[in-house]
Amino acid sequence: MKIRVALAGNPNVGKSVVFNNLTGGHQHIGNWPGKTVEKAEGTLNYKGNEIYVIDLPGTYSLTAYSVEELIARDYIIQEKPDVVVSVVDASNLERNLYLTLQLLELGANVIIALNKMDLAERENTKIDVKKLEKILGIPVIPMVAPRKEGIRELLDAIIKYAENPVKREIGYDEKIEKYIDDVRRIIDGKIEDLNPRWVAIKILENDDEVKRRIDRDLLLRCEEVREKMRNEVGDPEVALADARYELIKEICKDVIIKEKKVTVSDIIDSVLLDKYLGIPIFVSVLWMIFQFGFMVSAPFCDFLGDGFAEVSSALSGITGVRWLDYLLFGDYGVLNGIGMVLSFVPLIFLLYFALSLVEDFGYMARAAFLMDKIMRKLGLSGRAIIPMILGFGCNVPAIYATRTIPDEKDRLVAILVNPLMLCGARLVFFAAIVDAFWGDKAGDVLLSLYLLGIVLAFLVAIALRKTVLKGRASPFILELPPYQMPVPGVSLLKAWERGKLFFTKAGKVILPGILLLGILLIASTNLTYTENAEGSLAAALGKALLPLVKPLGWDWRLLVAALFGIVAKEIVLGASALLYGVSEETIAAKMATMYTPLQMYSYLVFILIYVPCIVTIGAIKQEAGTKWAAFTVIYEILLAYIMAWLVLGFGHLMGVI
Amino acid sequence: MIPLALAPEGKILRVVGIRGGRGVVRRLADLGLFPGSTTRVIKSTGGGPILLELRGSKIALGRGISMKVFVEVRE
Repeated sequence: MKIRVALAGNPNVGKSVVFNNLTGGHQHIGNWPGKTVEKAEGTLNYKGNEIYVIDLPGTYSLTAYSVEELIARDYIIQEKPDVVVSVVDASNLERNLYLTLQLLELGANVIIALNKMDLAERENTKIDVKKLEKILGIPVIPMVAPRKEGIRELLDAIIKYAENPVKREIGYDEKIEKYIDDVRRIIDGKIEDLNPRWVAIKILENDDEVKRRIDRDLLLRCEEVREKMRNEVGDPEVALADARYELIKEICKDVIIKEKKVTVSDIIDSVLLDKYLGIPIFVSVLWMIFQFGFMVSAPFCDFLGDGFAEVSSALSGITGVRWLDYLLFGDYGVLNGIGMVLSFVPLIFLLYFALSLVEDFGYMARAAFLMDKIMRKLGLSGRAIIPMILGFGCNVPAIYATRTIPDEKDRLVAILVNPLMLCGARLVFFAAIVDAFWGDKAGDVLLSLYLLGIVLAFLVAIALRKTVLKGRASPFILELPPYQMPVPGVSLLKAWERGKLFFTKAGKVILPGILLLGILLIASTNLTYTENAEGSLAAALGKALLPLVKPLGWDWRLLVAALFGIVAKEIVLGASALLYGVSEETIAAKMATMYTPLQMYSYLVFILIYVPCIVTIGAIKQEAGTKWAAFTVIYEILLAYIMAWLVLGFGHLMGVI
Repeated sequence: MIPLALAPEGKILRVVGIRGGRGVVRRLADLGLFPGSTTRVIKSTGGGPILLELRGSKIALGRGISMKVFVEVRE
């Protein structure tokens, strides 16, 4: 038998751990069509049944107000999964049952997975599972997902209830029920395919999505009931929420035997959210994530990069045709290109891994809470702090990380300023240059570039907020989940999936990009093979565009290197070495003989700000649309040009040559 | 009656009214914050967001929104 199961639940209830336990490695992570909400689905075989599991977005409710909630409820309405597993946090029954009640309103075949039983126990909360089953009339499976406790029982229940669905209607307080009944009588038999009780409730809640499906004259009669309800009990939406919570309170009174005490989470929070310690701790946590990502990935990155370079040079000459040889094994050949894409993967993977551990621990929400006040003033949401910091590693995962920002405008601002964070790829070039130019002041110069990026990001954010992204900031409402030990296996799997996704995506743009650079370098202006960079198409292009950057005082090689850097920023180093005909180790020294420190600083400022690399542009396009990707490219070029020019002008003014 | 943003830490509070658009009122209602419900401020940050205990969980509310929720101190 084929069974389709949907997992629903609040954020932070351990839904993804349950999902992983069910599907193991057989899962696919993608996006909901047309949305930037992550979609995870997987399959498993159990007792001869083929079970398909989909992890719905974590939500507190099923209104039409948020994308996540709409996705979750539309899936249940349209796809009609055989079973909906409502994953519930046993340590927080009161809040969690609110969603369960709404799933029941929908008429879904609901099973409760009562997760985090261990946490409830530690907090001295005892839940009478049998009684809860009896009151709700649906199966309740106690679980401790990280320890795989209850998974078999859950699967057995899924199979059993997929064959014999229980559809339970749970009535609320009579003073509310009568309005639901009134509306239900009006629409009875007039709607297909939807649970009439649910439709009645949604009409009372003035849900636009549902109202759209009802005939106008019917709707007018329903509106009368709604008006009556408003006059008698107040705002129907609030009254219904109240009724659900009232019922939940009754249920909890019956099934929970609780002894109130201070929880471990409270104690941890008193330190991590401390007025004085909070932010310093946050900064250290970020520093650790960062260090972990860079330190651990460095040997792998080097190994992959160098390995491919060595294989390339070993294979060089094998085809006997020089131009083909170059395109396959040359500096800008296919093999090196693959190596370059691969060499990013360890860093991306580790950053995701570390981040997911910290998130699963429950700290991310705290970070947003701590930073909200400062970040608001700078035109950003508290939650934007994580993507901004991640940007110092790589802008691509950083841009994907903005998904945790619920408000569209807040999120756009966070995406658009992210490329100003000095990423690891730009650092490759900067680190090589600063030593030769500034000696023991090299560190200060590097730091100044980091700071410049940050300051510009805030200035741009404020400017965007005052112009194109004007509008009321959406209210900051965020649950701080109880702390819990992260499950490394789950985080590893998540990181692995995302690393894979990055590899295929980046490969698709970087590889052709590098090939194009290769062709530009070895094709002469009359399209024959050349080994003289001076006579290449790249040089011709650089010389043709040179007047554009005349005020900045570059020669064509610097321009071509910058252009090449659009494919991937670390190429700026290799490309300039190649164009000046020296090695990567000596390029800085060579440049020092040709440019003054001021000129070079102006160039570094330009490289810091101009166009994001193509993978980042791709990420922006995916997350914010083509229009905003184009906007980012344009504003950054202009800003880079102006800043580089200002540096020169200001330097001259100050008497620096 | 005072805005939640200015309510003292640790005291039991009763919500008497919420001023805001439909979306905000609904979101707060879904979290269990509506006229008649009780809550407690765990932490206020002086001009930043506040941390509430609400229906058994911890909810952070930004300054803007917590100025629009009016409460009275119960004890």
